Amino acid sequence: MIEINHVNKWYGPTFQVLKDCTTSVAKGEVVVVCGPSGSGKSTLIKCVNALEPIQGGDITLDGVKVNDPKTDLPKLRSRVGMVFQHFELFPHLRIIDNLCLAQEKVLGRKHADAMVKGMKLLERVGLKDHAKKFPAELSGGQQQRVAIARALAMDPIAMLFDEPTSALDPEMISEVLDVMVDLAREGMTMMVVTHEMGFANKVADRVIFMDRGEIVEDAKKADFFGTPRSDRAQKFLSKILQH
Amino acid sequence: MTMLGNFDFDVIRRALPYLFFEGMRFTLTLTALAAFGGLVFGTLIALMRLSSYKWLGRIAGFYVDFIRSLPLVLVIFWFYFLVPYIGQWLTGASRPITVGAFASSLITFIAFEAAYFSEIMRAGIQSISKGQPAAASALGLTYAQSMRYVVLPQAFRNMLPVLLTQTIVLFQDTSLVYVLSIPDFLGAASKVAQRDGRLVEMYLFAAVVYFVISCVASFGVRRLQSRIAIVR
Repeated sequence: MIEINHVNKWYGPTFQVLKDCTTSVAKGEVVVVCGPSGSGKSTLIKCVNALEPIQGGDITLDGVKVNDPKTDLPKLRSRVGMVFQHFELFPHLRIIDNLCLAQEKVLGRKHADAMVKGMKLLERVGLKDHAKKFPAELSGGQQQRVAIARALAMDPIAMLFDEPTSALDPEMISEVLDVMVDLAREGMTMMVVTHEMGFANKVADRVIFMDRGEIVEDAKKADFFGTPRSDRAQKFLSKILQH
Repeated sequence: MTMLGNFDFDVIRRALPYLFFEGMRFTLTLTALAAFGGLVFGTLIALMRLSSYKWLGRIAGFYVDFIRSLPLVLVIFWFYFLVPYIGQWLTGASRPITVGAFASSLITFIAFEAAYFSEIMRAGIQSISKGQPAAASALGLTYAQSMRYVVLPQAFRNMLPVLLTQTIVLFQDTSLVYVLSIPDFLGAASKVAQRDGRLVEMYLFAAVVYFVISCVASFGVRRLQSRIAIVR
């Protein structure tokens, strides 16, 4: 579903954020990307739907080459959902309108159909009663669940999560992770940048560990948590799991 | 004392229908149309300045700097006399085209306000976090859709108090059309003043009216500002 081949990316002429990254996510697979901050994991996931350009290598999404100048990027992006660290709901629109906007303007759905779909998804994330509110009236955890529903409204073939719980208060993390776990169990293809190793342990098929722009480890979950091969991954794990 | 002793309120009273139904109507129409046109073109200029095409930004930047370094009253005057010839040159007509004083002054004000509004809208667009257009793109919206439905509505809302304050300044500036002897509010007052020989009454009254309207409007803007601050 997602093929990442020898991707290189620089910020400016000298700073290389991604160094020869190669990996893939198969249909229905859940891949967790972790690593210390500044390791390039968020950058990598943003390259998958071309929110960030790459300077070398190839990324293919469901057979479509992302870094081909001829690719219709808006169309491609409409087929993958993305959830951001800071939610990025549209603050001037009501919750239900946040869910309807792209359905109508991008997919061309009728307003009534978009509403039905939107309400169904709000019900699914447990926020049906908040449809008429504005984003600022909701808690962080609620906003992030809306953001997931907004992405799902586009019927995506895969979902990208960029540190979806990093900006949340601790007591709100689980309500967001629960939604993501359900999604994973239903067979959604997911690429998730997160530090939540509990989530990785529960639903991930594979775990990728990145450091300084490189994919250091790319292993089946059991192998990763059992005996990571690299020193750096071992150190990272011991640091975040010791508490 | 003699001056105030001679103060003739009746002159003002008799002139009221003319002052407001002719003069003020013209002033408010010009203000509203110029503000609307200025906002539309100002937003386009702001988008040009923020465009990733450097040359577009440079053209827009030059325009804004150019306009801002000209005295408004001079441009109103010049434009009125030049437009007929520019129109003749553009259309290839045999004689200068006729452009009314209203159309001419409206175009001048829109050109000026576009420059001022563009700076306000540019600040407004830049105040929106990069994550918003990114989220819009991630949903598949095009650049134009992302601007139209996500970025500009927020930029406009955030900048509304500043835009309205600029419109109050514009309301006062429209009095400069007196150089074309157009009967805007000030022009109308001035006409009555000359005709009846009542300069003190009419100019004092005109000043009071501009002052009151601007003051009330400013007060309204400040209330709006605090309301927006709460919502945000």
